[in-house]
Amino acid sequence: SSHEHKLNFKRSKEACLSYIQDALLQKQWKRAAEFLTCYVESLEKDYSREHIGPSEMIWRIGTEILWHHSQSSMKEFNCFMEQMKTLGVKRYLKVCLEHVFHLLCNGQIDEAYQNLSLAESWRFGEQTAIQDKEMKLIQAYRGLLDYYSWSKQKNILLENGEDGFSDLAVEQEMHSYFRKAAVNLKEIIKIPGVWDVFVKCYVDLLEFYGDHNEAHQVLNEYAYNSKFPANPNAHVYLCQFLKRQGESKKSLISALKILHDIVPSHELMIDFNTMLQKSKKRKKRRLGLEVIFAALDYAGWKENAKAWSCLARQVKQIVISDKHLNWIKQEWNSRKDWWPAFHFSRYLAKRNWQENKSLSYEKALVAGILLGKDCKYFKYVSHQGCKAQLKRFRMLKKFVNRHNPAYLRISG
Amino acid sequence: RDFNERCAQCSEVNWGVTDGGRFYCRSCHNVTERTREVVNTDFITNSRVQTISKGSRKQEKNDGGCEWYICEGFQLVLKKQAEALEALGVCPQMKDEILCSFWRCYLQKSKQAYCKRPAGETVKALSVCESSTDVDSDPERPSLLHLLSFSESEGDLQTDCSFASSVSKVSENTSVCSGSVDGSLYLVKNQKEKLRMTMPMTLSFCYMALLWVREPITLSELLRFVVEGHIPYLNVFQHFPEKMKLCGLDLKIFCVESWPVYEEVFNKMHELAAFLDLPRFPDITESCFLHPDMLCMKYLMEANLPDELHNWTCRVVKKIGIGEVDFLTLTPENKSTRKVKYDVLAAAVIVVVLKLLFLLDDRYEWLLSEFAEERNKNNPEVPMFYSGGPYFEFKKWYEVVKRSLDVEQKKLDEERAKYLWRCEKPLFYSVKNKSKVLKRRQMVVNLQNQFGKLSGSVQRAEKPNPSSFQLSWSEENTDGSCFHGHSLKGILQEKCGLLTAMNPDYWLCTVKLCNEKLCGHLAHYREVEFPQSYHFVVGLFSFLLRIQPSYIHDEVCMIEHKLFNKKLYKKLKYNTVLRK
Repeated sequence: SSHEHKLNFKRSKEACLSYIQDALLQKQWKRAAEFLTCYVESLEKDYSREHIGPSEMIWRIGTEILWHHSQSSMKEFNCFMEQMKTLGVKRYLKVCLEHVFHLLCNGQIDEAYQNLSLAESWRFGEQTAIQDKEMKLIQAYRGLLDYYSWSKQKNILLENGEDGFSDLAVEQEMHSYFRKAAVNLKEIIKIPGVWDVFVKCYVDLLEFYGDHNEAHQVLNEYAYNSKFPANPNAHVYLCQFLKRQGESKKSLISALKILHDIVPSHELMIDFNTMLQKSKKRKKRRLGLEVIFAALDYAGWKENAKAWSCLARQVKQIVISDKHLNWIKQEWNSRKDWWPAFHFSRYLAKRNWQENKSLSYEKALVAGILLGKDCKYFKYVSHQGCKAQLKRFRMLKKFVNRHNPAYLRISG
Repeated sequence: RDFNERCAQCSEVNWGVTDGGRFYCRSCHNVTERTREVVNTDFITNSRVQTISKGSRKQEKNDGGCEWYICEGFQLVLKKQAEALEALGVCPQMKDEILCSFWRCYLQKSKQAYCKRPAGETVKALSVCESSTDVDSDPERPSLLHLLSFSESEGDLQTDCSFASSVSKVSENTSVCSGSVDGSLYLVKNQKEKLRMTMPMTLSFCYMALLWVREPITLSELLRFVVEGHIPYLNVFQHFPEKMKLCGLDLKIFCVESWPVYEEVFNKMHELAAFLDLPRFPDITESCFLHPDMLCMKYLMEANLPDELHNWTCRVVKKIGIGEVDFLTLTPENKSTRKVKYDVLAAAVIVVVLKLLFLLDDRYEWLLSEFAEERNKNNPEVPMFYSGGPYFEFKKWYEVVKRSLDVEQKKLDEERAKYLWRCEKPLFYSVKNKSKVLKRRQMVVNLQNQFGKLSGSVQRAEKPNPSSFQLSWSEENTDGSCFHGHSLKGILQEKCGLLTAMNPDYWLCTVKLCNEKLCGHLAHYREVEFPQSYHFVVGLFSFLLRIQPSYIHDEVCMIEHKLFNKKLYKKLKYNTVLRK
């Protein structure tokens, strides 16, 4: 505001902040530092009515500058963080936590751990209760680092193999880390939130010590408790766990079904389809078809031969048995307007043929059934395949030709 | 001061000290036998003000401080400012004779000194004992909590409460919530008649004195020097002697957090002149710096405009009578005349002249510029010594000036954002939060050092030397960026032996002037309605004078109305375009 002649402290500092902001956005760290130097005297003035006060500003801006500035060292950074901790008691734990994150990013695990322990022992009247959430996080991260230490000890043990005696100390340590980690991790995942890292680590610990029930419980809670925010990963972890544990197909399938509803394009869907195809129950096989079609709606699977082979296999099976062609018809109904351009264009036919013959084979089969033997994709690929004298393509051509009535029934 | 006994006669506790050093009751004037030692008679080094006639009260307090009155503080401020002005070249009489007479007169009229009964005795000091519990009981006594609308820095949960409770221990005569004796009195709002002293008012005093001696410094320049740090204002209390402790309400009085605004200083100055019953000021004649002819010359140079334009500004000045002695000289008792802002007036005259010659309707001036450009091309070797220099091209002038202006504006904006308001001398509201304030200060200094090192090679530049000209253009530059010597030939013509502009038209900024007293302005300057060239020119002077463009616009309207007085009262079919 070049014509702002009524200049006072407040406006001057506001202007200063906007210069800092510009400099930060353009990664001009020196310039940002220059203006920050002028801004810091705001600390001596009262801003209690503002939403974000100068001490918070200075903390955040200073952190950015010191982290990125070429002439800044970790020592300076740490010194700055310590100062920031004394600035605002209401923010103490938050600052500690962020400091820890930076230390971790810099690979200083031990310092991070020390800081976490220190923060954990902090008490400040009623503030301790107010900052309860941050405290839980601090404990959770310390738990995480304990897990990390546990994991290291475990690896040492595993590497050394059968060498009994010298491992006793290692084993003791390992168990003690486990106890420390478990306590804290368990606490944090009780609170509704997104705790992927903590959950994974905790489950890992439980599985190692054989407490599968608890692990199952934890994962169930995490995935199905409505108080927790919707999180597809929760379902993935559960599914992976069930698979690892060799749980009944039934429970695995129900878990995977939920995942399919949330994230139809997830990679587990391919396995899911494979599982469902093998099922004796008609409903399951029907679901399988739905699942694989849904997955292929997403661009990420366009070039995936395995996905296409799943679909091809199932389509082939249905066509041969001549039962449930209506399934295909149902699935195809909502897709017939756009799948041809999306998957079966002549351009794609050429490209697929050049890059990945298996892919083109699977796709051609599907195309031949869904779009008939005269469709561009099938014609091109089968022609190329036959020209190249590849046996399976000749078989494919025969197959599609033979089953053209199926196409007619689907498209009709 | 610490005498808390009740008066034998009237049972009040309201003591003063007589010249003889005895305690007397202010309510009933009963003099006691109690006396007080006089410790130190020599408090203020320049004893312009005799001691307040209450008597000597220089007993030292416990913390090494002593009692002092707000007006003593202001006196120190004025002294410092006057000294700074003297260092800038102002004549010594301004400080030694004029300013201090004004100040003495002020003290007398506002009954703070030089009179029999100083002001303090008629108003009881705020007795907080009563008001700390029931805030609204007495509407005439604002509670201290209300006065102290500061609260401490964040993270401190207890300050307001602790402050109130500490203050309730006050005895009635002194208020510990200020270092000065009468700090709290000063902020009581019901003292309208007495023209209470404020920091901006110190500048009004200075300006008034400068005007009296007719120094070549305009108010906008004075204010610019203040902002640039050549005249103490911002943290001037740093220079108070150690013994004068500032705290609490004193801070509200002496610590400024905004730069003085032209209008405020200007208006206060006139109020002050009337309050002091000053006679007519020394005449502002044609040879004075503040006369529009002189100021126009200066501003034309600074705006890089041709010297030839000066003839025109003089003509306009003469025609509308704003060069008359009676118009320009300040007569305080004459309340109805519009007060003259010399600098704004001169700038506005130039704007009007530019409108007269170039129309500034976003078309005509560029057309004229094209013609000039053609002529300049055809006569590449225009002799510089006679018949003037090359034809003045508005377009070139605009480009050159705009470029410089943008650079300077950018620098100014950055400077304003980088301004440091705090100083080394710590300020605290009460002794209680002294340690906290000092800690904060230390942290600020640490952070400044830390980030200062990361700022790159450029450290904060030294204060630039004070200069009267902000933009300068040298004729020696061969790039043709100086337009002083350029000629207005192409846009003038002769009619009946008189040089007139070729431009036959003029547009008025406003057809009707507003009532300044009602809405504060003569006209309303809104960006969208005027040509860009006009905005540019007004903006240029707005930058030079560090004043809102609307004030220049007001003066322009005023001048136009004087100039086209006759035509305005005819019935006009077309509102804005007049034939000259």
